[in-house]
Amino acid sequence: MNLTDAEWAALALSLKVSVWAVIISLPFAILVAWILARREFPGKALFSALVHLPLVLPPVVTGYLLLLTFGKNGAVGAWLAELGIVLAFRWTGAALAAAIMGFPLMVRAIRLAIESVDPRLEEAAETLGAGRGARFFRITLPLIAPGILAGVVLGFAKAIGEFGATITFVANIPGQTQTLPSAIYAFLQVPGGEAGAIRLTLLAIFVAVGAVLISEWLARRVAKGIGRT
Amino acid sequence: MTLSVDIRHSFEGFSLEISCQIGQSVTAIFGPSGAGKSTFVNAIAGLLRPDQGRISLIDETLFDSAEGVHVPPAQRRIGYVFQDGRLFPHLSVQDNIRFGARYAPGGLDRAEEARLVALLGLEGLLGRRPGTLSGGEKQRVALARAWLSGPRLLLMDEPLAALDEPRKDEIFPYLERLRDLSEVPIIYVSHNLAEVARLADDLIVLQAGRVALSGRAEDVLSDPRALPLLGIREAGAILPATVVAHDPDGLSRLRLSGGDLILPGVTAPIGARIRLRVLAQDVLLSRNPPDGLSSHNVLPVVVETLHRGGGPGVAVRLRSGKDVLLARITARAAEEMGLALGQSCHAILNATAVPRGSIGGEGARSVADAP
Repeated sequence: MNLTDAEWAALALSLKVSVWAVIISLPFAILVAWILARREFPGKALFSALVHLPLVLPPVVTGYLLLLTFGKNGAVGAWLAELGIVLAFRWTGAALAAAIMGFPLMVRAIRLAIESVDPRLEEAAETLGAGRGARFFRITLPLIAPGILAGVVLGFAKAIGEFGATITFVANIPGQTQTLPSAIYAFLQVPGGEAGAIRLTLLAIFVAVGAVLISEWLARRVAKGIGRT
Repeated sequence: MTLSVDIRHSFEGFSLEISCQIGQSVTAIFGPSGAGKSTFVNAIAGLLRPDQGRISLIDETLFDSAEGVHVPPAQRRIGYVFQDGRLFPHLSVQDNIRFGARYAPGGLDRAEEARLVALLGLEGLLGRRPGTLSGGEKQRVALARAWLSGPRLLLMDEPLAALDEPRKDEIFPYLERLRDLSEVPIIYVSHNLAEVARLADDLIVLQAGRVALSGRAEDVLSDPRALPLLGIREAGAILPATVVAHDPDGLSRLRLSGGDLILPGVTAPIGARIRLRVLAQDVLLSRNPPDGLSSHNVLPVVVETLHRGGGPGVAVRLRSGKDVLLARITARAAEEMGLALGQSCHAILNATAVPRGSIGGEGARSVADAP
């Protein structure tokens, strides 16, 4: 398969955007999942709804909201611009859009894992002298590793496939913000672009299958690592 | 006193009000399900915050509702062996038992670890995961884990309750050895009197969230008032005895302060001090020295107390030398015999009913069971 430079650039950008999206959202996803699984507070239902919002809103709406908030004239965007950080129409913005779209999926997977950890194990650790941080890092975190892995895979898949919010927030600039789905879309907009679209589609399938195989292999290793085999 | 507890707590439909002092020994907390045993130990561990009251260990206040003090469990240094083990499934046995050591004042004491591993027979298990262990092995690991965290007090909440009888017999000698070698006070929760009699120095009987009886285990177990609380089939006194001879026919002679008993199934060596448990329902009384009986086990006794309960039975506390026996006879028999306080009579113990293996064989505090 002979890819043009622009097509390679789209693949590389998709991978970069997705990896960063997962990296920046993972700590927050773990924190939010833990709060939803283990804490009771007034307004929890509302908080949960807010977290899940990107899952149910049309992606274009999410993208537009991002543009309103993080655009050059947006509330946060103007403030970030003063610090020299621009997100709109940059690959960093694509990463932010992908992170937000994948966030509810990561939270869901990790929350289920936390809920399946017996709190009595944490109690036992407490009687052995472990404080809150030690309990989390020595007991809870290792036990939810499979859930974290599942969340990462879902978040990564969502990020690779993310289109609506991305194109709304950061447009479709080749080499800048043109990810695989955007590139396929661009090919389909021009006459005779089908060949390119098919090449990128095959590439997308290849990336997806590869990601699933790697995650399956990791999942087996993690399960073995925590005595679940 | 090591531990002083004075707490009140209420749940829906249940209230707990306990005030007691616990000393430097093995204290058993006995009571039926729902008596508040677990609530009591959870409050001591700090896993439960009582509504009101005060808990102090040695000279440190762990909890005081008036002062707003509630030391978190992680800082109490109170070990806890749970009924269900609660081993960490993702860690090896070795990492499990070392889990608390890094928070112990001296860190990991390798000599102590080696001693515990040998004592609890864990050598072959160290590399294994909890998921591959049997119930008895898990509890031994849980014991080592709690012990190695350097506790000032050790709580055991029915550590044997989830095990079947053979597993209990397997783990009991380990428990006894630990107890004999340890200087750490132990609170042992149980609803099994045989375990209590075998292990405990002191005994607190809980009923419906209140302390019903407390004191030295021997005294409480031979208290006629305890009979309905402990269950009439389970109640019985503990008698210290010394093994004086093993006869070739499999019987052994045991010396008590009030006379000798001949029992089968004693494995302790000659000279060993053991504890005998004699159930109240296995003691018969006779005013005259019995003659031509199949039992050799007759002790001269003096009636100390007669306690008439609600039913047809009478609990009789009997003095035999320095020890006390408890007998349960019918009220009619007591009347016909004309039993009265201070009266001398003879207690007949059915020794053949003692099952093999249930007589404590090791250490000074072992107990024989005579159901």
